[in-house]
Amino acid sequence: MRDMSDKPLLDIRDLKIEATVYPPGEKPKTMTLVHGVSLTVEKGKVLGLIGESGAGKSTIGLSSMAYGRGGVRISGGEIFVNGRDIMKGGAQGLRELRGKEVTYVSQSAAASFNPAKRLMEQVIEASLIHGLMSKSDAEARAVGLFRKLGLPNPETFGERYPHQVSGGQLQRAMTAMALCPKPDLVVFDEPTTALDVTTQIDVLMAIKEAIRDTGVAALYITHDLAVVAQVSDEIMVLRHGKMVEWGTTDQIINKPREDYTRALVSVRSHEHAEKPSSGDPVLKVENVTARYRSVPIDVLKNVSVEIEPGHTLAVVGESGSGKSTLARAITGLLPPMRGQMIFNGRTLSNDLAGRTKEDLRELQMIYQMADVAMNPRQTVATIIGRPLEFYFGLKGAERDRKVQELLDQIEMGKGFADRYPAELSGGQKQRVCIARSLAAKPKLIICDEVTSALDPLVAEGILKLLLDLQKQEKVAYLFITHDLATVRAIADSIAVMYKGQVVRYGPKSDVLAPPFDDYTDLLLSSVPELRLGWLEEVIAHRKMESAGN
Amino acid sequence: MHPVVKLIAQRLALGLLLLLAVSVLIFAGTEMLPGDVAQAILGQSATETALRNLREEMGLNQPAITRYFQWLGGILQGDLGTALSNKKEIATEIGARLGNTLFLAFWAAAVSVPLAIGLGLLAVRYRNRWPDKLISGVTLATISLPEFVAGYILMYLLTVKFRIFSPISTIYDSMSFGQKLNAIALPVMVLVLVVLAHMMRMTRAAILNVMQSAYIETAELKGLRPLTIIARHAFPNAIAPVVNVVMLNLAYLVVGVVVVEVVFVYPGMGQYLVDHVTKRDVPVVQACGLIFAAVYIGLNIFADVISILANPRLRHPK
Repeated sequence: MRDMSDKPLLDIRDLKIEATVYPPGEKPKTMTLVHGVSLTVEKGKVLGLIGESGAGKSTIGLSSMAYGRGGVRISGGEIFVNGRDIMKGGAQGLRELRGKEVTYVSQSAAASFNPAKRLMEQVIEASLIHGLMSKSDAEARAVGLFRKLGLPNPETFGERYPHQVSGGQLQRAMTAMALCPKPDLVVFDEPTTALDVTTQIDVLMAIKEAIRDTGVAALYITHDLAVVAQVSDEIMVLRHGKMVEWGTTDQIINKPREDYTRALVSVRSHEHAEKPSSGDPVLKVENVTARYRSVPIDVLKNVSVEIEPGHTLAVVGESGSGKSTLARAITGLLPPMRGQMIFNGRTLSNDLAGRTKEDLRELQMIYQMADVAMNPRQTVATIIGRPLEFYFGLKGAERDRKVQELLDQIEMGKGFADRYPAELSGGQKQRVCIARSLAAKPKLIICDEVTSALDPLVAEGILKLLLDLQKQEKVAYLFITHDLATVRAIADSIAVMYKGQVVRYGPKSDVLAPPFDDYTDLLLSSVPELRLGWLEEVIAHRKMESAGN
Repeated sequence: MHPVVKLIAQRLALGLLLLLAVSVLIFAGTEMLPGDVAQAILGQSATETALRNLREEMGLNQPAITRYFQWLGGILQGDLGTALSNKKEIATEIGARLGNTLFLAFWAAAVSVPLAIGLGLLAVRYRNRWPDKLISGVTLATISLPEFVAGYILMYLLTVKFRIFSPISTIYDSMSFGQKLNAIALPVMVLVLVVLAHMMRMTRAAILNVMQSAYIETAELKGLRPLTIIARHAFPNAIAPVVNVVMLNLAYLVVGVVVVEVVFVYPGMGQYLVDHVTKRDVPVVQACGLIFAAVYIGLNIFADVISILANPRLRHPK
């Protein structure tokens, strides 16, 4: 029996964490990531850690295993697990702790499994290394966990390699891997963030049941308050490495004390009134069917949508539904096999090579990953100035003046023109990408998951900016996203895509109003809602429906 | 058909095609040399009539294409022609020499490959600490030393200063296996020193690259020992780049050991080639060139195949 006293399982006191960064050509800088945070987790309880990126939530989570990524190190404070100061056990003591008392589930299970090893070998590895059980016992336990987590063919699931199963299944397999050695504490680090909303709900339920049935305690780290509200007993809100607020889940979501928590709670409630229809569309996509050369399956099947000038069409669907393929077809990167696209009254060449410079100028694109969409060796002025030179031949002072104008438009002001992308925050990078696309004075901008990689509050700022710019410039957006809250906040009309087809299409008010088709219903009901008991309600409702059928 | 079988078949077909192209190059290259075989046999003072008669007799009057296919046809039947200098069958001569070269290369590889990979793993385990720097420093020093210098230094130390080995590495069929091993100890050591650094550095770099992966963090958070993590989780994912460099070095061990063979008077392919180049014995040079090319291409195909087999995505498709 482990420690039977009433001490908390995890007791972190006045934790300080630092990181040393080595900027090129400068002296190494030491930054403080966590400024004296204290927390406790009781046996069998779940504490949610919430905050935007840079809040230090993952860093704190990993500190419970005395682990720091990169140059991160614990510089102050004490960490007790089962009443033992884990900083005093040396390397051997840490190996005893990791994988035995505390285990970890990462955001990207796809990257966290070794591609060269079968799943079973990896799932039972910690149990064997620590001598916790025999190989056959560990395998039996793993199969039991596979079954509990709802994985298909639990007996044979472990024989597969990571690339042979889906992302949602891998995330569950990683949960099984964390639970297999019967730990006291599991650190869940954004375990459902990378999943589709319809998959997330199943994984979330599986994790919740596994926590309940095994009586394990957990640190549940996420930026999504609605998700953490479903699984945790208590929630701690973090910002800039400091604690903002710590309370029961009910208190945090229903009676937040701090302004910052209130902002987090209300961030989902933005609504955008749809604009009235104004006639001629700027883009008409007609019966477009497309496939990739290597795969003999139509990725787009007879897709027809249109966008009016100055309007936003949101294209929603889960990964693999064909949303981004639609963008590639419209931009000409993937010429459709059938169908046509009419842009500004003229028929677009299906092939990129056949398009005029005017076609290219009027159709711009913004990407999910702003970092990789910019040349890291060019300054902001060069990046934004390029389309000005290319399309309008602006040079010298005139170009600089226009660049500054655009920077003002994206609310970045002076002093940014000479910076490099690496010196910008995630939100600022995306703003520069928006300015670059605006510089071409386009009629239509395709926005491919442009807010998915951003924190909620930053994403909200970007959406607001896009809406303001739409008002000023009368530009239309084709807005690709998997996030229905974003759709509510920005769309005038919506196309729901599923397996390459548009299954529901129309003005926002129609699409989001019942009666729904099965898929839209599934999609809408899977979006986590910020209230206690939502997860159980949805699951119970679905069980009832499937029993009724 | 399993995609792996298809990929491997493609590689083999490409390799054969490449070998065919190389044979054309070799033939064309020797064809472009001034003079011809008849001239070489009869020497500068030969009369026109004698030359014409010999050419007639050897079929040298036929167009180059015909002679190329005759040569290629002979090779396909195992007939490499006869050497001009001593009128012996090239195939039998080369057979013995190639055996000796492969014997030396095999033992050099058997020592150097595990040693290089082991040192690479250790260098990663203690990266940027003194064991890493020592391993890198020593192996880089040995690769920077020309083979003949390393050869003579070792010879001085191990045969003159301390009389452990014989300075002459010539082996005969009558020697026992142990005697042979003893004879080739010195050249094996030199070859190991030459190829070690390249393979060690590549192993280190490939594993370090893999060490950035998220699954290495997973392994650390399971409480695995550092060397276990490197050997069990990092190395299997670094096999492809390592195998390619290993094969390049193995090819070097077969093809590029002329200097070492000369220094230690070892009767291998390299010495045989050099001897016959000086005698302008074109058929022998052609045969050696073709065999070296075949070894080189073969080993690279082998590396490709292992890289393919090491990839679980190809081995176990969805």
